[in-house]
Amino acid sequence: MVNEIKPKAQGSNAARRQFLADTARMACGVGLLGLGLGLYARHATALPPAAIRPPGALPETEFSAACIRCGLCVRDCPYDILLLAKPEEPMSTGTPYFVARQAPCEMCEDIPCVKACPTNALDHALTDIAKSRMGLAVLVDQETCLNFLGLRCDICYRVCPVIDKAITLDPQTNVRTGKHTLFIPVVHSDACTGCGKCEKACPTEIAAIKVFPLYIAKGQLSAHYRLGWVEKEKAGGSLVAPDVEHQYNLPEGMRYEQGKGLSSAPPGEPPPVPGHLPDVPSLPKAFQGGKL
Amino acid sequence: MSAGLRPGAEAIAAKGWLGAHKWLILRRMSQLGILLLFLVGPWFKLWIVKGNLNYSYTLDFLPLTDAFQFMQLLVARQIPQTLAIIGVVILVLFYLLVGGRAYCSWVCPVNLVTDFAGWLRARLGIKGGAHLSRRTRYWILGMTLVATALSGTLVWEMVNPVTMLHRGLIFGMGFAWAVILAVFLFDLFVMRQGWCGHLCPVGVFYGLIGKFSLLRVKLPQRAACNDCMDCFAVCPEQQVIRPALKAIKGTPPIILEENCTNCGRCIDVCSKNVFSFGARFGVADTGSPVPK
Repeated sequence: MVNEIKPKAQGSNAARRQFLADTARMACGVGLLGLGLGLYARHATALPPAAIRPPGALPETEFSAACIRCGLCVRDCPYDILLLAKPEEPMSTGTPYFVARQAPCEMCEDIPCVKACPTNALDHALTDIAKSRMGLAVLVDQETCLNFLGLRCDICYRVCPVIDKAITLDPQTNVRTGKHTLFIPVVHSDACTGCGKCEKACPTEIAAIKVFPLYIAKGQLSAHYRLGWVEKEKAGGSLVAPDVEHQYNLPEGMRYEQGKGLSSAPPGEPPPVPGHLPDVPSLPKAFQGGKL
Repeated sequence: MSAGLRPGAEAIAAKGWLGAHKWLILRRMSQLGILLLFLVGPWFKLWIVKGNLNYSYTLDFLPLTDAFQFMQLLVARQIPQTLAIIGVVILVLFYLLVGGRAYCSWVCPVNLVTDFAGWLRARLGIKGGAHLSRRTRYWILGMTLVATALSGTLVWEMVNPVTMLHRGLIFGMGFAWAVILAVFLFDLFVMRQGWCGHLCPVGVFYGLIGKFSLLRVKLPQRAACNDCMDCFAVCPEQQVIRPALKAIKGTPPIILEENCTNCGRCIDVCSKNVFSFGARFGVADTGSPVPK
């Protein structure tokens, strides 16, 4: 009996060993493959600067998870601006993008690309194309921007579909000539959709204004930052100290006005006296005037 | 198979060339026809089908979503739109009728490549090569889903030759041809039926649907088998034939194995008409195999 059982036990033991070895081999081999794929995907899924996603695209990591890579957005784009990423391109293979300098988004009012998307990669909640944020225009080169050089090129400003909101022309003194005005194109992120028309239209050899994905183009203040003038407006008055007219330490008989400069004070006007700081009820007691 | 004769020679003698290639011809027509349906859009602006095998929209009426893509989206914690959900339901129901891996042999464009590699391998008499368990693909399937869940991005879609080839043909290949060439050379020199039969996770995912599907290869005449081995020579998943053909452990004369691709090539090459397509129900054993 013992002699009969022993070989059988050995046999099943060997089979078990074989099974475990096979399983371990398979798990390790495939695991290694998975690791390689994961690392490759990690490197290859960051959106390159020149690639702009269609309107309503989710943030990049979610987008590459939600996009089914079917190309229906490409098909339903009436201007054929969208491309699907090829394997050699440094982004998720098969996902849609456009290159603004080649063909910008025409910002169709009915947003057919979003409607065509069978997943939520292009957010179906986007119904107003002006609210899309495909990217953000940045005037990257002040040295070659014609307006910065003193010309009235203004093309980016003129072609902008959100004219006077996304790009404004802010007058500045041309200190080089001393007598002209520079009309500086300034992009406003609260209105710019990132359609890329400005980049496409920029007449210089290489565009001085470019559209970048938001993660490249947009900075962000630290969470604890407050803009004093905004807070002041919200509170309806100064929060840190009461508004007191600034006292200039000037020679007697002279006065200084913001924007007007130095002048002699009209006779009879009493010299300004540093006033008592009134209480500001909205402030904590410790910060109220007089107790500091 | 008779010495010196290629598989199917006896069937050609018995049934004529057309009779011995019926299912092969139909299958190639299906593969190329489906590809053509997708291609007449971009080629002739005749939009019958938009999209690709991942998700397609036919005549602005019929959505079809690839089951494996859908699974990957779910694992990446993304819920697609209603149309895509309807699309996957229709698709799964369809493959529950015709056999899960019918996708592989009747639709998938990579099959054209690997079949060609297999044909050339046999023609050139290339033998041997690497050995790998056919279960490897289940491990790869598991790995792709785990990696997708962990990374939150569709990892397999970075390298998936199936979608890469189909998308490439319709939207532009880029370097996808290199991936397809690699699959071809792998099947030709490294491993017989290497990609489709050992590695591809898309195929086995459809195989999981095929576990429950209706249309099956049946062997009503298995008693007539003359052991010519032609069916084994042409079958892309040889392991599925033997149990049903030889009634191993009382297996009924029907191939219920999930990895049978319903390609029908065994039906073609059998000069004794052992095989035929039929529903999985109502299996009547019309004869026991000839004892050897």
